[in-house]
Amino acid sequence: MTTHSPNLKAQKIAGGVHTGQRHDSAHKHVAGTAVYIDDITEPAGTLHAGLGLSTVAHGVLKSVDLSAVRAAPGVVAVLTHEDVPGVNDISPSAMDDDPVLAEGRVEFHGQPIFCVVAQTRDQARRAARLARIDYEELPAVVDIRDLDADKDRQVTSPLTLRRGDAAAAIAAAPRRVKGRMRLGGQDHFYLEGQVSLAVPGEDDEVAVYCSTQGPSETQHMIARALGVPSHAVTVEVRRMGGGFGGKETQANQCAALAAIAAKKLGRAVKLRLDRDEDMIATGKRHDFAIDYDVGFDEEGRILGVDYTFALRAGFSADLSGPVGDRALFHCDNAYFYPHVHAKSVPFYTNTVSNTAFRGFGGPQGMVGAERVIDEVAFAVGKDPLEIRKLNFYDEMGTDTGRNVTPYHQKVEDCIVARIVAELEASADYARRRREIAAFNANSRVVRRGIALTPVKFGISFTKTEANQAGALVHVYTDGSVHMNHGGTEMGQGLHMKVAQVVAEEFQIDIERVRITATTTAKVPNTSPTAASSGADLNGMAAQDAARQIKRRLIDFAAEAHQIPREQVVFLPNRVRVGNEEITFDELVRQAYMARVQLSAAGFYKTPKIHWNRAEGRGHAFYYFAYGAACSEVSVDTLTGEYVVERADILHDVGRSLNPAIDLGQVEGGFVQGMGWLTTEELWWDDRGRLRTHAPSTYKIPLASDRPKIFNVALTDWSQACEPTIHRSKAVGEPPLPLGLSVLHALSDAVASVADNRVCPRLDAPATPERVLMAVERLKAEAAGAR
Amino acid sequence: MGEARREIRFLLNGEDVALRDVRPDETLLDWLRLRRALKGTKEGCAEGDCGACTVLVGRLGRDGLTYESVNACIRFVGSLDGCHVVTVEHLAGANGALHPVQQAMVDFHGSQCGFCTPGFVMSLYALWMRTPDPSVAHIETALQGNLCRCTGYEAIVRAARAVSSYGDAGRDPLVAERAAVTARLQAMRDGRRVEIGEGRERLVVPASLDDLAAVLEAEPKATVVAGSTDVGLWVTKMMRDIAPVVFIGALRELQAMSEKDGVVTIGAGVSYTAARDFLAGRIPALGELIDRIGGEQVRNMGTLGGNIANGSPIGDTPPPLIALDATLTLRKGRQRRTILLEDFFIAYGRQDRQPGEFVEAVHVPLPAAHEKFAVYKVTKRRDEDITAVLGAFRLALGDDGTVASVRIAYGGMAATPKRAPAVEAALVGRPWTQASVEAAMAACEADFSPLTDMRATAGYRALVARNLLLRFFLETTGTPGPLGVSRYEVA
Repeated sequence: MTTHSPNLKAQKIAGGVHTGQRHDSAHKHVAGTAVYIDDITEPAGTLHAGLGLSTVAHGVLKSVDLSAVRAAPGVVAVLTHEDVPGVNDISPSAMDDDPVLAEGRVEFHGQPIFCVVAQTRDQARRAARLARIDYEELPAVVDIRDLDADKDRQVTSPLTLRRGDAAAAIAAAPRRVKGRMRLGGQDHFYLEGQVSLAVPGEDDEVAVYCSTQGPSETQHMIARALGVPSHAVTVEVRRMGGGFGGKETQANQCAALAAIAAKKLGRAVKLRLDRDEDMIATGKRHDFAIDYDVGFDEEGRILGVDYTFALRAGFSADLSGPVGDRALFHCDNAYFYPHVHAKSVPFYTNTVSNTAFRGFGGPQGMVGAERVIDEVAFAVGKDPLEIRKLNFYDEMGTDTGRNVTPYHQKVEDCIVARIVAELEASADYARRRREIAAFNANSRVVRRGIALTPVKFGISFTKTEANQAGALVHVYTDGSVHMNHGGTEMGQGLHMKVAQVVAEEFQIDIERVRITATTTAKVPNTSPTAASSGADLNGMAAQDAARQIKRRLIDFAAEAHQIPREQVVFLPNRVRVGNEEITFDELVRQAYMARVQLSAAGFYKTPKIHWNRAEGRGHAFYYFAYGAACSEVSVDTLTGEYVVERADILHDVGRSLNPAIDLGQVEGGFVQGMGWLTTEELWWDDRGRLRTHAPSTYKIPLASDRPKIFNVALTDWSQACEPTIHRSKAVGEPPLPLGLSVLHALSDAVASVADNRVCPRLDAPATPERVLMAVERLKAEAAGAR
Repeated sequence: MGEARREIRFLLNGEDVALRDVRPDETLLDWLRLRRALKGTKEGCAEGDCGACTVLVGRLGRDGLTYESVNACIRFVGSLDGCHVVTVEHLAGANGALHPVQQAMVDFHGSQCGFCTPGFVMSLYALWMRTPDPSVAHIETALQGNLCRCTGYEAIVRAARAVSSYGDAGRDPLVAERAAVTARLQAMRDGRRVEIGEGRERLVVPASLDDLAAVLEAEPKATVVAGSTDVGLWVTKMMRDIAPVVFIGALRELQAMSEKDGVVTIGAGVSYTAARDFLAGRIPALGELIDRIGGEQVRNMGTLGGNIANGSPIGDTPPPLIALDATLTLRKGRQRRTILLEDFFIAYGRQDRQPGEFVEAVHVPLPAAHEKFAVYKVTKRRDEDITAVLGAFRLALGDDGTVASVRIAYGGMAATPKRAPAVEAALVGRPWTQASVEAAMAACEADFSPLTDMRATAGYRALVARNLLLRFFLETTGTPGPLGVSRYEVA
């Protein structure tokens, strides 16, 4: 990069907040020069690790004969649980149920039993296949279909939310519907798989380059597994090739194993999973069975509702407790329930331990809410959109008492009615619904469907202590700025947004701000970059750091020039000191000469929030983000194949820090959510083996799956009610459930084969097969009803 | 022919490469990353599905030097003799100026995490060379083999549409160097067989078709590799030992295509891409089908001969070829025999092919003008997906409106691509009416007992197989309205 010469006459800095900026690494992405973990130049003598995975879903390890593995070409060492020097556990929830390497028993097909280290990755992978392992197979629980919440094992304590008397309200309601929905999980399919490179240091030290969303937790897990203090372990990540929640806890196993091997052998060790291994051995979005019982009036107003959200946790707790919690937190979506009872059931199963995935259970909760809306709509014979609008929370500025969530938090910032009204108009919903009805009446094979669904998404970690962040900002004597914070970059443009915040504070062009790799050595005890919180938390922490330095600069200038502090004003790339303007660089140089500290650690913690899980009550979220999507599909009723004809989205990100990046988050989130609910199907066989473990069998959307017409807009009028970073709102997760509109559009198309009289109860993922089978079922029901 | 050469020669970006120590199963991706430290090319799946490893391979052919996108993860280095390998590192100008394709991706926010991006850039680069001002359909087809998990693709498509306005193809390295590269590749051609290594290290690149026949007669257990879109996975996923390997992808004699007396002959080494261009005008349904096989990279590598020879029950080309009464020429040494394609598939994993024998060509009779022919492929995801059910139908009606002859074959319904004799029998001689068709649909049960797997249940497969016949009936009888969903308006 050439030296930057700032424009000293500018009205505005280049790259301030509320401007559309390119991703900081875009030019490197396209040139292939952005460095991911596997691209880091390896230290001489780097060894490569491979994993030996369980071939049964549940069993006792009777004998583990690794002699052939050890004897294989290139093999340097083979590690088992006995080689873990510290605690053989990486449970993120302190449940001690997540072994680094299996000990005595295996609890899912694909569980790592041993780790082989060889001269090359190919040798390690080949050697790993040579193990002779004798299992005493035990009965395996694969599906949650027939499990009983009262009898069957759960991995952690469930949550119950209650407000009012749901049972009585449902019983007394004029109308009532009960049902069950099955909702599939989702593989993250980050393009860069799990990978860690561990480089041993002096004494007990180790440096680990790891594709992780939570460097601090990875650090702590490595330290625990090694049996060393956290200060001996440094974890660093410049960027990930995608995360989506899949590298929040799931990065820890590769990191710990690479570190253990590196310390044992005194050489750098890299562990990079093959795609199939990654999909088999690491956790995914939870699939759910949602039981609902709803009472409502003849208009379609919900009076009381009861939900049970059963989720497939897998063999360990991991984050299943909080994922189940967040499903309950979103079982209202944007709707007011006068009486509600909802519980989560995190079932133990002999499958991989499910984990965080963009939305973290929230989207699953919303799927339940939207199914209930559909049921009510079909029962009273109205357009589901009418039922949605009838049940919205009170809009901001009105208070009819319909504004309390199932967890007793008052919704004070609701803008969903306005968003839906604007989208309904811009998408021309009413006209298109009429046209679709006319089309369907005359179409023998193809049916069309349309749906408009809202999103309300709660922003904050429900684990209160996670809502804190740190940053470190240095200003060098040439006026260039080094920026570091606890957040990680996984493609979401977080580093760019935080850099914009720092540039804005100092009023310097964005090129003056250097983005640096996230490392536990610069900012300690950080929260994982998750829960959409990255910019909210780290932006505030970086702003705090920058403001500390700025305050010192102002103090210095005021004192040096004997003027009041208010007469030191930061202008674009320059500072007005009294009547004179000097460059930012010059002020910095003068401050240095006067021995002013030009470095600061910033900190932020989210105010207002609290949550009492035992009582199911609190101010769980700092604020809510809103949006809505309207999708139209065509369905082939001979095969179930479909095309998304059009999608219109209006989404609220408050006052956007970077509209270009936010638009990308909304588009990408929608398509990812659509994929989850349509073609992405996880399929286990009866022996508990995942058979969709590669892109050849697991189908995420392609370019040719995105809507043929795709109109996406951000609300240009909204702003966060709370003093968030420049009044912006979080954008990582909230757009994902916009994809629900596609599921409901498919459902609408299916319903047309039975004259829109029967609720299709279309489960997800709505593969062509599920769509066709729903078509057949509805045709049969309609025929039977005649 | 002379003595065998003991090294593979090719161009890597601007550099001449000669390799004497290449293993037969060494992938181009590993070679680039591990041996050449060219790390712009990424591994996302190692099975040719995600496209993060996309590079271009240039070859001298009938039309001179042409470049195609390929998956480096399943492309073997041994198959690159005489080729020009172009990686993302070659695109930017000497002064670091981005190529128009790269600049458009930056300007339109086409990258988020960036890991898939070099692969997208290379696929769009290949498209840009071929179709400078592409339609959305062109772009989506060119990107069928590239997965992005972040962007939702909209920004990438915007970038791809805008590239044409960036101009200055003259600055493009492959345009600027075209004559020089052609000369360098021509200079590499010496007409000699390439042989490297012994035993588990052995690979052979035959010099000619006759040489191939001789090699296979001498080494009947050798693995024949054309496009490696299937064999590549034997290595990267199953870690099978495939040596000795015989690479046939460069044999021009196997890439011949011709039409004579209403029969099209396609060499076994013809790629899907080349076959599509040749067939689309003659049998449009086959052209459309090929557009949905794999992604662009796989279609550039994979061959019609390979799709037949590997005997997969879910290969996409055998059912329509069976329905067209295609025949195969098999060759062993100097002996050739021609059999009905239908008879080639004996059972799951078993074909009528002797050790040392190879598929040389497939002969496809063109449907007669009065015949109706259709192919329907049904998958979970529309593009780049493996078939759940594929049905191929060829029908001739008599003057009285009865079925004079009918050929129906399915994929995904049995252990091999298979005809539906009971369905055919239920139709022949009957009037081509919905009543006849519904009776024939019921006969499907007698022909097939499909399986349940991760792609579809047995029940769905059986239902779809029946419904595809109904679709064929509706289409051939002029039923109004759309009879299927389509992404693109019919031109």
